[in-house]
Amino acid sequence: MEKNDLNQRYEDYVASVTPKTGTFHSLWNSFWIGGVTCVLAQGIGDIYYALFPHLGKDLIVNYTSMTIIALAILFTGFGFFDVIARKGGAGSFLPITGFANAMASASMEFKTEGLIMGTSVKMFTVVGPVIVNGVVWSAVAGMINLLLAGGA
Amino acid sequence: MDPLLDKLLVYLIVFAVGGGLCAIAQLLIIKTKLTPARILVIFLLVGVVLEGIGVYKPLNEFCQAGISVPIIGFGAALTRGAIEYAKQIGILGALGGGLIRTSLGIGTAVVMSYIVTLIFSPRSK
Repeated sequence: MEKNDLNQRYEDYVASVTPKTGTFHSLWNSFWIGGVTCVLAQGIGDIYYALFPHLGKDLIVNYTSMTIIALAILFTGFGFFDVIARKGGAGSFLPITGFANAMASASMEFKTEGLIMGTSVKMFTVVGPVIVNGVVWSAVAGMINLLLAGGA
Repeated sequence: MDPLLDKLLVYLIVFAVGGGLCAIAQLLIIKTKLTPARILVIFLLVGVVLEGIGVYKPLNEFCQAGISVPIIGFGAALTRGAIEYAKQIGILGALGGGLIRTSLGIGTAVVMSYIVTLIFSPRSK
């Protein structure tokens, strides 16, 4: 009981010192930052499509995501992405750029523990759940689809 | 319709849909205290389901980057690959198809992260 009381008091204290960012304000920030990220990707894709129409849609989609992933990781390296992430909330982590940032920042943060035990191990601390669940459930979906469609 | 106006409309849809999805995710964070990692997985699974039931493709044609850039698009691409590869080589293809289709993106992320880590030092926060 004593401990619960202490926890409650601590939580009240945390709530009182946490800066109140208005719900609307944080929603608006994630809305426009997420929107701008998607528009940038759309723009890059359109430019690729105008320059290299012979590549075909699939490859252009791939090149576009490779480009924005590479840009996001460079931004992380230079420290620009932190500024976006602090402001954007879900607008910065939901797009694929946030996935790339999570990987690069974890990998940079643990550089001090060595390239094998630090960088290589910790690179997947944040994105691991996404890749694991993605592979597992996409495999399940693929199997179900094949069984239902009968390979047609 | 004027092609330029048409293009403008597409960009408006991309902005609204992409931004809207991020705002929903942000609302989930505020209201439910789910961690970002859980929210990423939830949206990923939404993509898996949408692609699995065949709804993602028409949605993507309408929303374009608005739905493919958020993590939903990653889930859908994994599933698309799993379904296609399973059709090509049989049921075990579902195990690898997702990774095959998304391999360029994942490979870029891993290699670039490694290079950036080698070049830049971690900064104090």
